[in-house]
Amino acid sequence: MKILFSLLFISVTFSQPDIPTLKYWANDFTNTLTSSELNILNRDLKTFEDTTSNQVVFLMINTLDNYPLEYYTMDVSEKNKIGTKKNNNGVLFFVAKEDRKMRIEVGYGLEGALPDALASSIIRNVISPYFKQGDFFNGIYKGISTIISAVKGEYQSLPKNKKNNKNISGIITTVLFLIIFFSSFFRKRGRGRNAIFWGGGFGSGGNFGGSGGFSGFSGGGGSFGGGGASGSW
Amino acid sequence: MKKGMLIGLSLGVILVIFAVMIFIWGKNTYNNMVTLNETVTQSWSQVENQYQRRTDLIPNLVETVKGYANFEKSVLVDVTEARAKVSQLNVNKDVLNDPQAFQKFQALQGSLSGALSRLLVTVEKYPELKANQNFLSLQAQLEGTENRIAVERKRFNETVQNYNTTIKLFPASTIAGMFGFSPKQYFQSTPGTEVPPAVKF
Repeated sequence: MKILFSLLFISVTFSQPDIPTLKYWANDFTNTLTSSELNILNRDLKTFEDTTSNQVVFLMINTLDNYPLEYYTMDVSEKNKIGTKKNNNGVLFFVAKEDRKMRIEVGYGLEGALPDALASSIIRNVISPYFKQGDFFNGIYKGISTIISAVKGEYQSLPKNKKNNKNISGIITTVLFLIIFFSSFFRKRGRGRNAIFWGGGFGSGGNFGGSGGFSGFSGGGGSFGGGGASGSW
Repeated sequence: MKKGMLIGLSLGVILVIFAVMIFIWGKNTYNNMVTLNETVTQSWSQVENQYQRRTDLIPNLVETVKGYANFEKSVLVDVTEARAKVSQLNVNKDVLNDPQAFQKFQALQGSLSGALSRLLVTVEKYPELKANQNFLSLQAQLEGTENRIAVERKRFNETVQNYNTTIKLFPASTIAGMFGFSPKQYFQSTPGTEVPPAVKF
């Protein structure tokens, strides 16, 4: 019985493609974009979220393996809860490179600012022409910029929330810094050897902060109702 | 004599405790069913909204397509007639408890889906129409609506499944029987509607 159940489970999981957990604003699983191109997209999308609370996320994969496009984008959007819980202001811009298919999935709260017809027109008139020439970065970049300008005015960021976060993280950083500073200071006085160890530890901590700057995407609990548009090139 | 009374009293207390427990269980079960029933009704109204949205889009679409000379009249007539039947259908909350009305609703919406996809296939033959911005915008709206319908139908089915399982499982089924909670209908995938935007080409 148990075996039967696990077999059933396996067959079910295999018929569906993996739904990724997105860790960045711009996610490319096809290695099409260079890391500096991804950095540009991540920077823009993060800034946009910080200033407006709207979460726009980009995802590119190779193939859907015949899984319906609209099911996949809905699964990804729901799993990652793009957009805030309050405003449902998330957008997923998805590309399946080998299938030559794409979709802009729009959260409930942005269906007014980015209606289906506009999403469709962005796909047809802004993104497709670049993709047809094989220029993926520019297609994606211009597409995202157009999406951003469409949904820009819709919501404001939540200043109160943000301030609190900043304060807490500021306090934590200060405390950590003081602990590290004092312990290294005392150790330096006690044993010269350990001072080097602590110094090294501190330096690598700084590095981590620099390279991990974009690893901060997390969904805010937004819901989707199937709005948006699909297209191909 | 005293001993007998004591036994009788403790039996009575146990019975009362038992009755209270059953009452609490019954109350919770009943309330849970009411909540689930409400969830089904709510998700049904979402389904209806999206179908209504599609019905509202059609006159514009027909108007745009009509303007093109020698466009197959029969296709347009089919769409208009299917739409008329859908709008004549008087849908209220009772449709959820009436399997026949539910099937009828589904059948009529299904035939409208069919007529619409035939219309969009026919459009393939008219390059100027396919380049018309107004038409492209309507087509995008229609596709988006079909996708929303698919999403809401799926969610509706999930809530119905939850509700049906709850009222059918013993011992909660006894409460369901007492208060007249009956199982509800699911949306079946009919040819042409199971894939989200059936109107793709």
